[in-house]
Amino acid sequence: MYAQMVKSTGEGVKTRAEMSPEEAAFQDRIDAGIKIEPKDWMPEGYRKTLIRQIGQHAHSEIVGQLPEGNWITRAPTLERKAILLAKVQDEAGHGLYLYAAAETMGVSRDELTEQLLDGRMKYSSIFNYPTLNWADIGAVGWLVDGAAIMNQVPLQRTSYGPYSRAMIRICKEESFHQRQGYDIMMKMAQGTAAQKAMAQDALNRLWYPSLMMFGPSDKDSVHSAQSLAWKIKIDTNDELRQKFVDQTVPQAEYLGLTVPDENLKWNAEKGGYDFSEPDWDEFFDVLRGNGPCNVDRMEKRNTAWDEGAWVRDGLMAHAAKRAALKTAAE
Amino acid sequence: MSTLHDFALRMGDSTLILGHRVSEWCGHAPVLEEDIALANTALDLIGQTQLWLGLAAEEEGSGKTADDLAFLRDAWEFRNALLTELPNGDFGRTLMRQYLFDEWHLLMLQALQGSSEKRVSDIADKAVKEVSYHVERSRDTVIGLGDGTAESHKRMQDALDYLYPYVGELFTPDAIDEAATNAGIAPDLASLRAPYDAALTATMAEATLSLPDSRFAHKGGRTGKMHTEHLGHILTQMQWLQRAYPGATW
Amino acid sequence: MSKEWPLWEIFIRGQHGLSHRHVGSLHAPDAEMAIKNARDVYTRRNEGQSIWVVEAAHITASSPSDKGPLYEPSESKVYRHPTFFDIPDDVGAM
Repeated sequence: MYAQMVKSTGEGVKTRAEMSPEEAAFQDRIDAGIKIEPKDWMPEGYRKTLIRQIGQHAHSEIVGQLPEGNWITRAPTLERKAILLAKVQDEAGHGLYLYAAAETMGVSRDELTEQLLDGRMKYSSIFNYPTLNWADIGAVGWLVDGAAIMNQVPLQRTSYGPYSRAMIRICKEESFHQRQGYDIMMKMAQGTAAQKAMAQDALNRLWYPSLMMFGPSDKDSVHSAQSLAWKIKIDTNDELRQKFVDQTVPQAEYLGLTVPDENLKWNAEKGGYDFSEPDWDEFFDVLRGNGPCNVDRMEKRNTAWDEGAWVRDGLMAHAAKRAALKTAAE
Repeated sequence: MSTLHDFALRMGDSTLILGHRVSEWCGHAPVLEEDIALANTALDLIGQTQLWLGLAAEEEGSGKTADDLAFLRDAWEFRNALLTELPNGDFGRTLMRQYLFDEWHLLMLQALQGSSEKRVSDIADKAVKEVSYHVERSRDTVIGLGDGTAESHKRMQDALDYLYPYVGELFTPDAIDEAATNAGIAPDLASLRAPYDAALTATMAEATLSLPDSRFAHKGGRTGKMHTEHLGHILTQMQWLQRAYPGATW
Repeated sequence: MSKEWPLWEIFIRGQHGLSHRHVGSLHAPDAEMAIKNARDVYTRRNEGQSIWVVEAAHITASSPSDKGPLYEPSESKVYRHPTFFDIPDDVGAM
């Protein structure tokens, strides 16, 4: 997902007997569905885990601007250009909302940014794959946003108030993203032979990376168990991945495209599809920085940050001068 | 082609090329808030392009669309002001280019609200609201960076020196502009220069920047007689899909 | 060394005469730029709206009653951004 493999305390979920009175009261509130707000008492592990998770989510939105932004100047019509620009702009906005949610926990946006830029914090593996043809823009909306929505809709109910409210706003704005992607795919799949080939090529390349977005199976993970107990994670990775495959396969069939998985077949007994796992070695390689675009992505983000420093400093210096003039006049 | 067609093409090509340039920033701006604001400006300009080129296509007849005009003409057929096709450079140069265009654009649109041609005044009525905000924002940024740090001041002065020779074209009418003025479609371009100069003088004073003395002006973009080499590279990106896969629907 | 732009809390009043409502936060060098950024980030520049911006450091928030001694985050930093009182737009007219 946009936040993959977020580590929590690593200690496993405490039993009631092991909890301090504050911890027990905290867990009671979460179990009762009461939101945790910035000034409420919270375990340090909850705060640290959430900063990691929300920060990683925010970074994913910002780095996620790059693969789609890659096609803004090449969009094939004025309308497609406007829609794509509006969508990539939304992602900047979503990053902004999420950073603001993290900032309520006492970390600044600049601190989080610096941790992304020097590699201490991660972003979703999916954005280390390239967008090579125009159908990739359709496939990113359809598959990547589709997978993200699968995770973000339940996160609207997450226990931390500011995070939950950011997710509500994001889900509302995101509703058009997946549809615009599928709309591009429909045009391509129903278009010329070359367009159809682009659509199939995009699906072939992005299918498994999309499945990786949910992260490896976490049914035995202590981190996940703690996050689920704290309601900062709502479903397991496998549950979400299954849901995604079940939803997406009929959509691919409608397009007349072939999901690149020979083992894909409907399992009536479980009421879902059986499907091949992605190559998890590749996934861990990408997380280690060896995806096709990791280096380029980080270079772009670092360049934007470094070359923007004089602008941020310049406008701040001007604001300070103006404030000083105002004070002197009073 | 009609005067109205030629006039709409000049407006639409400038908003198209500038919108394209500004959209290049998406995902690369110095701070998130500026990234979002630049995208809004680009979106406004692309929207205005659809209207202007839509009008030009309508006048041209033969079932052409705004997309046909944007994606299937070559460099010599473009009628945008040279200022709009210049590369982004650093953020300061982009914002200075934006400001120099915005002040002209606003004066132009305000005059076009009184156009004898209703289809022109309708577009101007919509665009003037957007551009009033563009100029507010670009002016503030030019002032903030001009009167910021020593480095930001120098960069903004460099940007102004580089871009100012492309300003004069905006106020230099040719026969088509004169025909548009005589038909009541558009104002006399030269008449916009005095209010433009007044606005620039005030802004640059506040920004502690010096307007260049020379009024030398590069020309040819709006008439199609001359472009910079940059335009062709914009078109190779912008038009690539339409050119490589002719007749496809996107 | 860069100094981070301050954090601002953004309040917007819609067209229907309701009170200003907290919609979110953003960074800006001063109040004027905060208003402009708010127009770009939170209204996509719809007209007929009134925007208030307050520097987050100037907001005092009430303390929850169950505040305990183990409260970890540094007070000064948490006060910077009291909350994100966002409500889905579907809920009320804005």
